[in-house]
Amino acid sequence: MNSTIAMMTFRSMLGRKRALLLLGLPLIMLVLAVVLRATGNNDLDVSSDILQQFGLATLLPLLALIAGTGVIGPEIDDGQIMYVLTKPIPREVIVLTKLVVAIILVTAFAVVPTLLAGLVLIGTTTGVTPAFTVGVLVGGVAYSAVFVALGVASRNAATIGLLYALVWESLLGRFAPGAKSASIQQWSLSVTDALTDASPVVSTVRLAVAISLLVVVTLVATFLATFRLRTLTVASAD
Amino acid sequence: MSELILENVSRWYGNVVAVNGVSMKIGPGVTGLLGPNGAGKSTLIHMMGGFLAPSSGSVTLDGTPIWSNPNIYRSLGLVPERESAYDFLTGEQFIVAMAKLHKLPDPTAAARRAIGLVEMDYAAQRTIGKYSKGMKQRIKMASALVHDPSVLLLDEPFNGMDPRQRIQLMDLIRRMADEGRTILFSSHILEEVERLASHIEVIVAGRHAASGDFRKIRRLMTDRPHIFLVRSSDDRRLAAALIADGSSRSVQLTDKGLQIEAVDFQRFTWLLPRLARDTDVRLWEVSPADESLESVFSYLVAR
Repeated sequence: MNSTIAMMTFRSMLGRKRALLLLGLPLIMLVLAVVLRATGNNDLDVSSDILQQFGLATLLPLLALIAGTGVIGPEIDDGQIMYVLTKPIPREVIVLTKLVVAIILVTAFAVVPTLLAGLVLIGTTTGVTPAFTVGVLVGGVAYSAVFVALGVASRNAATIGLLYALVWESLLGRFAPGAKSASIQQWSLSVTDALTDASPVVSTVRLAVAISLLVVVTLVATFLATFRLRTLTVASAD
Repeated sequence: MSELILENVSRWYGNVVAVNGVSMKIGPGVTGLLGPNGAGKSTLIHMMGGFLAPSSGSVTLDGTPIWSNPNIYRSLGLVPERESAYDFLTGEQFIVAMAKLHKLPDPTAAARRAIGLVEMDYAAQRTIGKYSKGMKQRIKMASALVHDPSVLLLDEPFNGMDPRQRIQLMDLIRRMADEGRTILFSSHILEEVERLASHIEVIVAGRHAASGDFRKIRRLMTDRPHIFLVRSSDDRRLAAALIADGSSRSVQLTDKGLQIEAVDFQRFTWLLPRLARDTDVRLWEVSPADESLESVFSYLVAR
């Protein structure tokens, strides 16, 4: 961790309009939760559906995409990364710092809102709320690692990430059950499933498999990002 | 005292060769890297700054390879060509952050010193986004100087600067060199390089075309056959008088006017108005036909 890099990353992430983007989605989810509760539509089925479809399957990947690619992609595009790279700092420290900042942002804008929405909807009944909070958190770590790596590796990181989240995880997962088990969303759901007895939460991936895949993906992505940053070629004007 | 050594360095992208077998030694003082746009100057500087691996050959600083060696940045400062710095920070916050990234013992003092060097104290509290081009260039310079490096690389530092900012930056670079630093800057403008650099390396189309002090380079560039296009009231009479004098190798009558190949640039420019007056010919237009930098450089390569 390098506090100076973290400080500059936070300022660039939260200083601009991107902060509003980060806030928009979680606000919608919270408003939805409040409305459902006020109208009495907050039974267990609806509530866990909201937490799963909105929190885990939509809010989490999108926020992780914005945060993960945003902490490093634009800096590489603008060439500002040169100011960080021309310092005697090991590249893995830079990548880890960026990753930690992304995880903190995902926690603030996806994990905490999921917790709040859950508390508003059903409190802690059958452990659904804490289970989803933990699920979104572990998923957030893995998503962040993948999207940071994508941000280092490609100038089209946001597009590729969006395609992965939308097409692979949501669409293909619906039609091809095989694709389902190869998605961060399903692994996070598996963790959530293990933590609650509530029947609406069902995952097809076994817990042990899910946890090991989450760990492996996070580590591999972080390693690849470091490796790529070490040999990063900054586009020249020539 | 530091020495950057390039040994037979090449760099290619796919099958495009950007830099081709360049060897040079860059020692203390100011070295100018001169060449037309697209000659491979930035590619060379990026390799010297550790942002690009040489495809073959080696780039070393005092014997240590530069590529993939972040520790090199303790003694090397780089001023990138791209304008963008962290626009949301103030000048001072930016330089203090750079000092902290270098893990300097007293970042605030180091930042203040670097900002003082580039004379940006008056604007240190403003955000970089509101700086003019010249101010940005100076704050970038401060960011590269904050850890007092012995080697400083500047990529096209004078681009887009007005004459006053140019003079200020030249003074600053001269001062840095007087302190014994090794400074290299790139430029595509001969006059710029000539005024500042004690030593010049010329790069054309990825090749090392010439090397030496500015007098030598200047001579190489002016002692070549110059081609002029002259329109006058009586081209034939002027042509006869020109060919009688030894300063022109050939004179050709064309429908656009006279095309003259001058051997001795200085003598020709001195002679032409005189001849015109003596032969009572009125000169309408005198224009160099091949004065583009590229043609000057390509002469150097073909030589």
